[in-house]
Amino acid sequence: MNLTLHVWRQPAAGAAGKFERYEARDVSPEMSFLEMLDVVNEGLIAAGQAPIAFDHDCREGICGMCGMMISGAAHGPMKMTTTCQLHMRSFKDGDELWLEPWRARAFTVVRDLVVDRSAFDRIIQAGGFVSVNTGSPQDANAIPIGKQEADEAMDAAACIGCGACVAACPNGSASLFTAAKISHLGLLPQGQPERYRRALRMVAQMDLEHFGGCTLFGECQEACPKGISIDFIARMNRDYLRAAATAREERAVGGTG
Amino acid sequence: MRWLVELYRSTIGKKIIMAVTGLIGIAFVFLHMVGNLQVFIGQNKFDAYAALLHGPLAELLWVARAVLIAAVLLHVLMAWQLTRRARAARPVDYRMREAQVSTLASRTMRWGGVLLLVFIVFHILHFTVGAIDPAGVFHDTDALGRHDIYGDVVASFRIWWVSGFYLLAMAFLGLHLFHGAWSSLRTLGVARPSDHPLHRRIAAAVAIAVWLGFTLVPLGVIAGIVH
Ligand code: HEM
Ligand code: FES
Repeated sequence: MNLTLHVWRQPAAGAAGKFERYEARDVSPEMSFLEMLDVVNEGLIAAGQAPIAFDHDCREGICGMCGMMISGAAHGPMKMTTTCQLHMRSFKDGDELWLEPWRARAFTVVRDLVVDRSAFDRIIQAGGFVSVNTGSPQDANAIPIGKQEADEAMDAAACIGCGACVAACPNGSASLFTAAKISHLGLLPQGQPERYRRALRMVAQMDLEHFGGCTLFGECQEACPKGISIDFIARMNRDYLRAAATAREERAVGGTG
Repeated sequence: MRWLVELYRSTIGKKIIMAVTGLIGIAFVFLHMVGNLQVFIGQNKFDAYAALLHGPLAELLWVARAVLIAAVLLHVLMAWQLTRRARAARPVDYRMREAQVSTLASRTMRWGGVLLLVFIVFHILHFTVGAIDPAGVFHDTDALGRHDIYGDVVASFRIWWVSGFYLLAMAFLGLHLFHGAWSSLRTLGVARPSDHPLHRRIAAAVAIAVWLGFTLVPLGVIAGIVH
């Protein structure tokens, strides 16, 4: 099959960008979307032009590196699928596709379709961890965890941090990401001691990174390749409200970390 | 008090303020709608209801007004701030972004809200203050010497643009509540997790009830049932 691509080309962060038109010829329906771009890039390199830059790593849908807006849908038309796991059989011969980077103030374009998502890292650094003394590992199942809680925590932990939620959100909000990260620890016994402090700090960091607020449009849940539910946003709001209402000023007593 | 300031400054806190003030609005709108339906009982009942509110219940009415005015101001201020923040969060827009699942109701919260604000101001100037008096009957009294609000309602809704604007505003109120009655419970974190988080039976019922309840009044006048 043959497709026409309109790809956002931008040589560097802060530089002006524009759409360029490329023809993708003899595309096999069995190719992944990124393999199709690889083939287009081979052609560009052979013609002495700069290849289209896009992020990727595992190409098996688990690392969260890949992602782009494909004709107006984050990660393209297939539900619960990363761009690397999207296959060309999802498109038809003659399709015209518009490829754009995730767009948000917090995600600056590094080059072409590559964006800087370190804002997500800083949200995690603000509280997306449990403080435990390291040492020899505990016995498995030493801490009993209910099936329901374990499953819910796993659902939240499925977040791979790809940024599709922010990209798809009309407000450019990182609520689904932050909610998933707050919830997957907050649901487990190990996450309880820091549960409310975590909610306060991660939300504060999310706001500092200039993400928008949440209107509950639901677009993030639809775009999420891991199918993370907006119910986690309600849970984050509950934890945040509780945390804000009950937080005492923390005083450093003894060792601070 | 510091926690309140922190809450106010955060996006979630602002949204929580919207949800609380929005729920106050829903409670009011429901009572108001039920009160209005008394026009179908007749002039005597309706004018007596108005006289009750302005007579024995006057103090209560002023408390309710103070709460409602504060709620609307806060609601609109938070809507304004969150809208500006959302715009700033995406300085370079997409060439193409297709809405996948968001409802028309959610996408019209902002412009529909502006329309509702215009309507609220108009509505108060019209039926409460009388500064806008399209039918020219605001100062009329009924047979018992009471303020004849029934007559004002009937005469006003016979004017095409008054009932037209009213019907339009109520359609947007229905849309606003179809999203708002659902989203506010999630904003406050009180909704239970669901296998279909986007489904909303209760909000749909609230939206339809409020829309229909208000819409019946001008329709009743136009149809000649209320005269
Ligand atoms: C006066 C004009 C109004 C404006 C400008 C307005 C605007 C808005 C906006 C923009 C939102 C969405 C906010 C967001 O999700 O970021 C919203 C939510 C909401 N509005 Fe209004 N609105 C108005 C009047 C009303 C009225 C009269 C009611 C009640 C009858 C109401 C009830 C609600 C509710 C319940 C929500 C949901 C809050 C939440 O999701 O947490 N609004 N409003
Ligand atoms: S490249 Fe790892 S998820 Fe797509």
